[in-house]
Amino acid sequence: MTREGQVDSGIRRPANTAHMSLTGITKRYGGVTALENVNFSCDLGSIHAVLGENGAGKSTLIKIMSGVVTPDEGVMMLNGKEVSFSGPSAANDAGIVCIFQELSLLPDLTVADNIMIADPPRRFGLIDRKAQNRRAQELLSRIGCEDVNPLNRVRDLPLSRRQMVEIAKALAKDPTVLILDEATSALTASDVDRVFEILRKLRDDGISILSISHRMHEIEAVADMCSVFRNGRNVETFRQGTRTAEEIVQMMIGREISAHFPPKPEKDLAATDVIPPVLRVKDYSWENTLREIDLSVRKGEIVGLGGLDGQGQKELLLGLFGVLKNTSGSVEINGEKVRIRSPRDAKRAGIDIALVPEDRKTEGLMLPMSISDNLAIASLDRVSNGFHLDQVALDKTVGEAIRRMQIKIGDAKDPVSTLSGGNQQKVVIAKWLMTEPKIILLNDPTRGIDVGTKQEIYLLLRELAREGAAIVLYSTDYEELIGCCDRVAVMYDGQIVRELEGDEITEHNIISSALNIEEAAQ
Amino acid sequence: MTHTRKSDLSIILRQRAPLLTVIIIFLLFYVFYNANHPRGFSTAVYIQNSNEVFALVMVAMAQTVPVLLGGLDLSVGAVMTLVNTLASHLLSGSPTEIVFGFIICLLTGALCGFVNGCVVVFGRIQPIIATLATGAVFMGLALFLRPTPGGDVDGDLAWVMTNDLYEIAATYGFFENGDAAWFQQVSWIPVPAILLVIVAVGVWLPFARSVTGRTVYAVGSGESAAYMSGLPIDRAKIAAFTLGGFFAGIGGLYLTLQTSSGNADIPQAGAYTLNSIAAVVIGGTSLLGGVGSAIGSIFGALVLRTISFNFRIFDIDPLLQPLFEGVVLLGAVSIGALSVLRIKNTLELFR
Repeated sequence: MTREGQVDSGIRRPANTAHMSLTGITKRYGGVTALENVNFSCDLGSIHAVLGENGAGKSTLIKIMSGVVTPDEGVMMLNGKEVSFSGPSAANDAGIVCIFQELSLLPDLTVADNIMIADPPRRFGLIDRKAQNRRAQELLSRIGCEDVNPLNRVRDLPLSRRQMVEIAKALAKDPTVLILDEATSALTASDVDRVFEILRKLRDDGISILSISHRMHEIEAVADMCSVFRNGRNVETFRQGTRTAEEIVQMMIGREISAHFPPKPEKDLAATDVIPPVLRVKDYSWENTLREIDLSVRKGEIVGLGGLDGQGQKELLLGLFGVLKNTSGSVEINGEKVRIRSPRDAKRAGIDIALVPEDRKTEGLMLPMSISDNLAIASLDRVSNGFHLDQVALDKTVGEAIRRMQIKIGDAKDPVSTLSGGNQQKVVIAKWLMTEPKIILLNDPTRGIDVGTKQEIYLLLRELAREGAAIVLYSTDYEELIGCCDRVAVMYDGQIVRELEGDEITEHNIISSALNIEEAAQ
Repeated sequence: MTHTRKSDLSIILRQRAPLLTVIIIFLLFYVFYNANHPRGFSTAVYIQNSNEVFALVMVAMAQTVPVLLGGLDLSVGAVMTLVNTLASHLLSGSPTEIVFGFIICLLTGALCGFVNGCVVVFGRIQPIIATLATGAVFMGLALFLRPTPGGDVDGDLAWVMTNDLYEIAATYGFFENGDAAWFQQVSWIPVPAILLVIVAVGVWLPFARSVTGRTVYAVGSGESAAYMSGLPIDRAKIAAFTLGGFFAGIGGLYLTLQTSSGNADIPQAGAYTLNSIAAVVIGGTSLLGGVGSAIGSIFGALVLRTISFNFRIFDIDPLLQPLFEGVVLLGAVSIGALSVLRIKNTLELFR
């Protein structure tokens, strides 16, 4: 089901109001095409929302507009003149300011320092602190944040206040095009309302605003125009309100299936209700990121975590692995309540949890150490008598792991950094399998690796499940969740909003729960 | 304005807490020392003490700037020594020659720092290893300039720079040879103390308030965020090392005036470098960068030196001195580590 025929249809506006426009923009990263021949424009004095699932090309679009990356092909026009930016500061100078999702604040500097960082007021060449504080105070009042003292260090502010400081910092640059990359995701509801008011005011002042958001009700509240991206293309641009939420979901789905998945076992419904879960999480909360999570995973089951990136999925896995402090609620393993205080605890016999972390280069591997050392590092206690390492036994188990995972290596003593991304990821997975875990948590294990290795990982997961492991798989790729998982728990704003099972696991269901459209309809 | 002056003040006090702590510790130690000194609270003691601390204070200020970036400069002691040996050749002759000698010495210090900065920025080498290497080079140059200790330093100059203000006036005939009634009020102040204020207020504070200085703090606080904010990162790094070299150069110049000679003393250079790091940490600057100031380091150096003063007048085994200094250092570092207790995601401990 493709809708390529509709590319860029629905654009009905006089050409002379386009403030910033992109024509035929293409951007490739290696072999991956992030944007393909995209036409996009935003109008003077309008709020333009951009929607799309993970990897649809939204981030690349705003990175190009804000000068972080340069497009391979295509033309960018600002006020009718062709522009290209050498870096973010060049884009700022042209009046294009982006509020990125990852905060760009300097934690050790004060709020005022941060807001005025690009061009602090100066007297005799030196920064004029008084004027700087005054200006910062004005900007903060403009966005209704009088409660933030500009003298405070950013480090000492709660996350929602930091996000407001980030907005004040953007306004300090006097933007004509303001880009928000999920700028409201960390805000409280009253702040969101205030931000919307500011956005409307800025729009009325003639600023073009581009907003990436996953919250349908927020888009309905402020956007004038919407564009939906899919697979690096601008599927459709339309006036907000002319399409229903259902139609928007339809535009977002429809990716071609590119991978093959091993068959799922037939589900014996009578038996599953009898089998007690291996892992059971109840009322699990942490800070503001996880809210009353209830989840259970049975032996032999692959449970997927779905939803848009950053809804608490990673934190849930980290929490179960003992990385987070001050979690509340309970975790039961084989019916017994446990407290897991560190990854070392999680590895312990009786708990037997393994986590394949998000970033293999920093959390998964010791890059300069050898392949063999990396493989053995999590299970050293199995080949030692408490003090002395049995090198022969170690070499033997390492050899077995390399064979089982079909890791392509020159020599096991080579540094692991010499391997390709896919083989590195296999080392990370193999290292944890050597601890013989009963519960395997995977944080987006196929990100950035080749299709062949992905295929092997899917097979392996199914095989591990068949051997009796309980598997929790977080993936940003919906196709993977659909192909691999027996059940999918979709998360939104730190909560599990929907559990899908069997035939319910469809792209349509995952996306509409990921956008929490039921909530939007209320 | 919605913020009361009171809340502003409490925020500023909280942010300055490490600085205030080190100042209070210094005052306690120093008053204690003077109270127990047979000639305590006298000009002679102040002069002697300020002479003993000045070079270390300068080297500690020098160390602060790279540390704020998140690096370490292992060459500060070597730069000080190189300028010391150079100055032992240049600080004599006619007044014009001496003035030029001063300028050349200060420029040499700054140039050494500039070289460090360029190696770090353009060579993409970690500061600690880059400065270990350049420090050895600077030491080699110092040995070349002064294979054996010695030198020729203008006697009057050395005398007045290491004394109180009265001696300047008396030696060069200012203010009725220093006997003017108004001058009596200030004539007891040691010259090094005046120099310190000039350097701190005239060089450090303007730097900290410049865009370049702000960028140094920003880089130490989060280099990628600083880059994404469009700040001049490379320029700030080079400037930071250059300023460090300049401060170390002043330390070297002063050492020359104090000892009237130059000495390429390798253990001494090493000791100064290590003490400078200790002083920076005691002064409340984070070794991770981004937090602290050279003003704190001044007092950090003063605390370190005051400990040894106290050992001199009490009948304690001097062998215990390193132990005591170590305890103070550990205490200072522990205060800085308290914030770790607030972290909720233990992965952040390693980032």
